[in-house]
Amino acid sequence: MPISNLEQLNAMHIDVLKEIGNIGAGNAATSLAQMMNSKVDMVTPVVRILDISEADNALGGPETLAVAILAELYGDIHGIMMFVISQGFTKALLKSLLNEEHSDCRRLSDMEKSALSEIGNIMISSYANSIATLSKLNIQISVPAVTSDMVGALLTVPAAEMGSVSDKIIFIQDDFITLNKTISADMLLIPDIDSLNTLMGSLGIEL
Amino acid sequence: MSELIVVNISDVKVAPNPSIFVTYALGSCVGICLYDPIVKSAGLAHIMLPSHPDEKPSSQIFRYADTCLPESVKLMEKFGCMRSRMTAKIAGGAKMFKVASDSAFGNIGQRNIEAVKKTLASLHIKILAEDTGADYGRTVYFNSQTGKMTVKSFAKGIKVF
Repeated sequence: MPISNLEQLNAMHIDVLKEIGNIGAGNAATSLAQMMNSKVDMVTPVVRILDISEADNALGGPETLAVAILAELYGDIHGIMMFVISQGFTKALLKSLLNEEHSDCRRLSDMEKSALSEIGNIMISSYANSIATLSKLNIQISVPAVTSDMVGALLTVPAAEMGSVSDKIIFIQDDFITLNKTISADMLLIPDIDSLNTLMGSLGIEL
Repeated sequence: MSELIVVNISDVKVAPNPSIFVTYALGSCVGICLYDPIVKSAGLAHIMLPSHPDEKPSSQIFRYADTCLPESVKLMEKFGCMRSRMTAKIAGGAKMFKVASDSAFGNIGQRNIEAVKKTLASLHIKILAEDTGADYGRTVYFNSQTGKMTVKSFAKGIKVF
């Protein structure tokens, strides 16, 4: 029976999403290491189905400044992926990509946005590819959009855009270790429910 | 002064004077401050989407502008407010992301603002002030003693309406 909202996902569905998260994060760590030109290790990602308000808190509270890179998924699956990074991680990325010390994530220049958009593109593609490879579905992603603002204001956008009937999102929490620092990066996956059913169906998972 | 009354996403809180309400980090969502200046009871609602889907009558009514506001007004009336005296101040409805390949993306904020205005008009509630649209997140405070709405953002700092 197809599910009609994210609350109906059972332990097995969550395991499948975890595996997708694992493969995606693995690919992402490799790409990230190439971009940053340094070794990047990863901790096994944690996949959770969270309320938006819980996700706010997991990211330091709704008013915490964060950078989000968002892309639309289309093809066989319709949805939104959003990659959320802290100020600390943003600074580390800009330092290694543009060799600049950045002090204020509230105001990003076009060059900085473009660099972060590229990182987001790589990260989102890593996950989208892991989903596509496992499910043999055709998944494309749009050119990413970058915004820095209150994390709470960013997190509600995908759910609102998808006209979601619930306040739940699929939250993949990744910790990457690079330059002896652990940096947190989070991937949000907000598929429309029909797409989630398509995905589980292609993976041969009983719904 | 009592503690801050926190309004979550898809939620409304109503309280007698004196109260200070807050709802954090509105993006495309809209915050609606309802007020009766005579009894000074106030309410703050945080809606996420414009209209309630017809086929799901049981789903959360406070998520949608068109179902949240009439219900919020009823809650206000329980605190002695009269609808004919009620006024509103609204904030939020931003377009947080610009997706280059999809110009329709991000219009949900605008649709939320329109739905809120339409619903308030149908309830004959006048909008005294608004801080809506643009491309940044807002935290909204509402003070029942003064009827003032304070909007806090990274982009514009603190503004009082």
